[in-house]
Amino acid sequence: MIPEPRLVEVRKNVLKQNDVLARALRERFREAGVLAISLVSSPGSGKTAFLEKTLTLLHARYKVAALVGDLATENDAARLARSQAPVKQIITGTVCHLEAAMVQNALDGWNLRELDFLFIENVGNLVCPSSYDLGEDLRFVLLSVTEGEDKPLKYPTIFNSADVAIITKSDLATAVEFDEAAANRNIQAVRPGMQVLKLSARTGEGMPVFVEFLENRRLRSSSAATVRT
Amino acid sequence: MHELSIAMSIVDLAWEEAESHGAPGVDVVYLKLGPLSGIVKEALLFSYEIACQQTPLEGSKLVIEEVPIVVNCPVCMDRRSVQSLQSLRCVACGTPTPEILEGRELMVTAMELRA
Repeated sequence: MIPEPRLVEVRKNVLKQNDVLARALRERFREAGVLAISLVSSPGSGKTAFLEKTLTLLHARYKVAALVGDLATENDAARLARSQAPVKQIITGTVCHLEAAMVQNALDGWNLRELDFLFIENVGNLVCPSSYDLGEDLRFVLLSVTEGEDKPLKYPTIFNSADVAIITKSDLATAVEFDEAAANRNIQAVRPGMQVLKLSARTGEGMPVFVEFLENRRLRSSSAATVRT
Repeated sequence: MHELSIAMSIVDLAWEEAESHGAPGVDVVYLKLGPLSGIVKEALLFSYEIACQQTPLEGSKLVIEEVPIVVNCPVCMDRRSVQSLQSLRCVACGTPTPEILEGRELMVTAMELRA
């Protein structure tokens, strides 16, 4: 007699391990009073230039640090270090995205309580990072004016996983005939109500508004933390 | 493409589960997949076969149930599906609907264990 297979109910998330680590990280960030922000985008959208500018602007008044993911090189960390902020490179090898465990390992030896803002730059990729929670408070998705207004429609999942959209390289908008209204429409189609900021790291246009946005978010989350404790 | 690492996680999870039931092997793994999980069904099925090689799950089958996005429509005040992934609007009234209730699933729901 051939034994009958047995059907068992499981109901377990495949990424449970990552989600558990991400939750623990989020709690650590909250307790330490640091606002953690991750950046996702396609390769070449200007994440590193934008982050270098942001770190430089914030460094005067706040304690900022950055983790930066890359497949193979440490070039990004070297560029970001020019801002004088502490920067650590996460080399992922063949892995096309960051995972919570990589963030946790990279934070080894850093005292989060000494930080106001922590930036986590993901690997340039608009597909895979959408599946992985890194414990960040906010996820920014970057879209450069040179990429085309329909990026949100092509990659709806990553736009949907993000909290704020940032249109970068605004200084090139006229040259490439960027249709801002269409870009906004497409962002709203895949993520209704999403806040959109437009800026240029090169000219500095839009950067003060962005810095103000960060400061407000930090105030809001730290006052929320005070209420909770 | 990160489906291979996802497939390997499914194999690990399934084998752990099978062992906890004292089963010598697994015939079928049932998975629920939402459109917002960021996973492509075909790529995952392809990767699953590779991930199973030389593991106790070799020869097992992955059955994927694709589930739709469900939102809470603020106008209908009810659970609704959306027009598409590119247009998160309520199918019934057309209102943009950011509040997603379901659609991010990447979950092993059941397994058929070898006796």
